[in-house]
Amino acid sequence: MCQHRFGSFVFAAKPPFFVITPPCKSKQSGFAANQSGADTPHSKVANMTEIQHSAVLLLSEQFGLDASAWSRNRDNVRVRVDSERVFEVLKCLKTLGGFDMLVDITGVDELEYPNATDRFRVVYCLLNTSTGERLIVLTYVNDPQPTLPSAYPLWKGADWMEREVFDMFGITFTGHPDLRRILMPEEFTEYPLRKDYPLRGRGERHNFPVITRAES
Amino acid sequence: MAVGLPENVFMTTVNAAASWCRKNSLWPMPFATACCGIELMATASSRYDLARFGAEVMRFSPRQCDLMIVAGRVVMKMMPVLQRIWLQMPEPKWCISMGACACSGGVFDTYAVVQGVDRFIPVDMYVPGCPPRPEQLIQAIMDLQNKIQQTGTLNGTEFDTRTQPTGPQPFDREEMWRIEDAALQSKVGGFGV
Repeated sequence: MCQHRFGSFVFAAKPPFFVITPPCKSKQSGFAANQSGADTPHSKVANMTEIQHSAVLLLSEQFGLDASAWSRNRDNVRVRVDSERVFEVLKCLKTLGGFDMLVDITGVDELEYPNATDRFRVVYCLLNTSTGERLIVLTYVNDPQPTLPSAYPLWKGADWMEREVFDMFGITFTGHPDLRRILMPEEFTEYPLRKDYPLRGRGERHNFPVITRAES
Repeated sequence: MAVGLPENVFMTTVNAAASWCRKNSLWPMPFATACCGIELMATASSRYDLARFGAEVMRFSPRQCDLMIVAGRVVMKMMPVLQRIWLQMPEPKWCISMGACACSGGVFDTYAVVQGVDRFIPVDMYVPGCPPRPEQLIQAIMDLQNKIQQTGTLNGTEFDTRTQPTGPQPFDREEMWRIEDAALQSKVGGFGV
């Protein structure tokens, strides 16, 4: 019952595919104008759909991403990329697309999700600080040894975010300078936000010596 | 023949005199990790005025304290710290477990939250509430004063006999069952199975 309710909610929230609309094509020069930044007033650049469309054009040019890779969830525009190409996509979006800030990296364990094809989803939230435009990059990794390239060379702020994803989900980031646990104790061995880890743990929380009155 | 005493002399025992001194000058160690700490601060403020009971001198060094007030949830990463601070406090010392989280874990029945600090350190007084009102904490301190006066000795021999943990056993049977069930379930259910 509960699963059905939740499942239908997930389906209802699943967005329609993002479609490149003709106004974007007519403003083909929009992306180049944004890059030069000279002849585009800030008020014009603040048109959000224009920036989104320029990102769509950019990624379709550079990586051949078609419309099926794009989706929309409420106000968020999302693009799904392969885990092998995620670093190049992020680099392209940062250097050419103007998405200069990495807001967050987080993970989702899609174990027993309805219609899920992969185990872990890793979410990169990007922000264009000059226009306020946001873009969400999704990628998927699988057991065993879920591995992603680290975004640390692009954003230094990815350091702790990737450590948190590693701590909670056990996804390793190759190229990370100091990949160790950030929230859980060092001697912890499990990855607690994985769905096959029980909510109450496996007894780690009560694995301490007992101090009695006479001893203290 | 009774010996007449002057009016400003009274007879007592050394234990009672020592306990009387101790109970009226409790120096708390505020181990405040959550919202109970806000109520603890309010208790020490002018409206509730913990100074009326001689317990207003909050010290942030455990070596100067004799009353630990655990206010808030304690996670497994904090538990060794709590034990270390408890061991650093000089004797005689007492402990108040303030709030539902410190007493039992509260609503946080998760992998990281210790289900009651009394499993691992001795606790004298439990204060229920989420968070407790300052009056409740004051009541706990008054009860603790009463306990110190009743049971206290000069050299702390009342602590020597308490060799058993005050809390429940860390691995009670129910928890062991839960752990076994969880381990079984994790082996059965895998992705795509």
